[in-house]
Amino acid sequence: MLDSKLLTESLISQLREALDPNSLLVGIQSGGAVVMEYLINKFDIDVPFASVDVSFHRDDFEIRGLAKSKKSTSIDSDVDGRHVILVDDVVQSGRTARAAINEIYDFGRPKSVRLAVLMDRGGRELPIEPQFIGGRIDIPTNQKIAVRWSANKDLEVYIV
Amino acid sequence: MTDDIQINNDGKLRHLLTLDNLSGEVVTEILDCAQNFLSVGDRKTKKLPLLRGRSVFNLFFENSTRTRTTFEIAAKRLSADVVNLNIATSSQSKGESLLDMIDNLVAMQADMFVVRHAQSDAARLIAQHVPKGIHVINAGAGSHSHPTQGLLDAFTIRHFKKDFSRLKVVIIGDILHSRVARSQIHALKALGAKEIRVAGPKSLVPETLADMGVSVYNDVDSAIKDADVVTTLRLQNERMKASLVPSAQEFYEEYGLTKERLGLAHPEAIVMHPGPINRGVEIASDVADGPQSVILRQVTFGIAVRMAVMSLLHD
Repeated sequence: MLDSKLLTESLISQLREALDPNSLLVGIQSGGAVVMEYLINKFDIDVPFASVDVSFHRDDFEIRGLAKSKKSTSIDSDVDGRHVILVDDVVQSGRTARAAINEIYDFGRPKSVRLAVLMDRGGRELPIEPQFIGGRIDIPTNQKIAVRWSANKDLEVYIV
Repeated sequence: MTDDIQINNDGKLRHLLTLDNLSGEVVTEILDCAQNFLSVGDRKTKKLPLLRGRSVFNLFFENSTRTRTTFEIAAKRLSADVVNLNIATSSQSKGESLLDMIDNLVAMQADMFVVRHAQSDAARLIAQHVPKGIHVINAGAGSHSHPTQGLLDAFTIRHFKKDFSRLKVVIIGDILHSRVARSQIHALKALGAKEIRVAGPKSLVPETLADMGVSVYNDVDSAIKDADVVTTLRLQNERMKASLVPSAQEFYEEYGLTKERLGLAHPEAIVMHPGPINRGVEIASDVADGPQSVILRQVTFGIAVRMAVMSLLHD
């Protein structure tokens, strides 16, 4: 278990400065959407939000086939001209963020797209860097970081 | 008969030839996936890259507008290139064998075949013949099977009726010769529907159909009673020519889905039909166009279901 309070507070303070009425927070299913749901009530202003499922744009379709997804993309706001902030729990290779950007473009042309992550674990394989980072961690590649809701509606970040 | 050829070593679909023996798990996976594809039609960009650069060959040895068109739209929404072969004017009429023709299309780097054929085993023959990496979808085979229709029927029912454990479905018409009925029955059984009834004249709905695990009715009124889903099938002219049924008018009076008959079903029952409809033969116009009809929704759902099948096929 990691100190989720430290991570989330760091991320919230960075995002507070960046948000404006034209922002659109987009959580990446499934971990990123949990993080976004947690974050969304922590700001002073109402920020529109959405979530994306990246199954349709993953680059390992040829190898692994279609990924199973429980929740599909849900974007009710107009994407055109918005400052999109993608939210994910963890960034590693950057491939998920790449797929999420493609998914968003199916709905319109944002003014800008930035990336916010709770944890950066390094290991990038694409020229993609998060602008907002809760914390950095270096763990073996066979370990996984995941997020979930705790019993008292806080966020728990743990390593499996 | 087990159908190993359509399932790969991981238990996933390699080809889609029949719903017979397909597990509820595989059927559910296809329907869940179709659910995700359904909203793609509402996007600004209605195209996904999953089959980008693949070539899908529509081989229709029998006429079909709806099925061929929705397969074509499905493939194009997945970014595939689609080639429609007009078989009547192709070399089939010059005596080329089916598999020789397939070999030629494989040599043209085909990746997927969508096959409609009067012979029930044509798609299977092709699936057994093609090299690894090429996938085959049965788009209607004789009176035997029409798996994507069965799946889209199941998808439609699941969309409107959540609980299959209490579901009563009635299928009315020429069950004996209907690939649609057969495939719908297989799909519903895989998903655990409570009760499936079939109804129509003895010549088209014989007692022996009970072997499929359905209740057989020759009296439509008692079959419709309390049903949650009422599916009517197109009455084909050939059946009348073969004197299996009386005239269209008499069929309508005895077995046609009229407003009065629909009144016997559950008040929230949905009305389905695979199309094309014969108004005033198997279904009354005011029922086909009425508030309980989901006939046109089936067409839209058919695209999402076919996208799901095409993108789930894997070696």
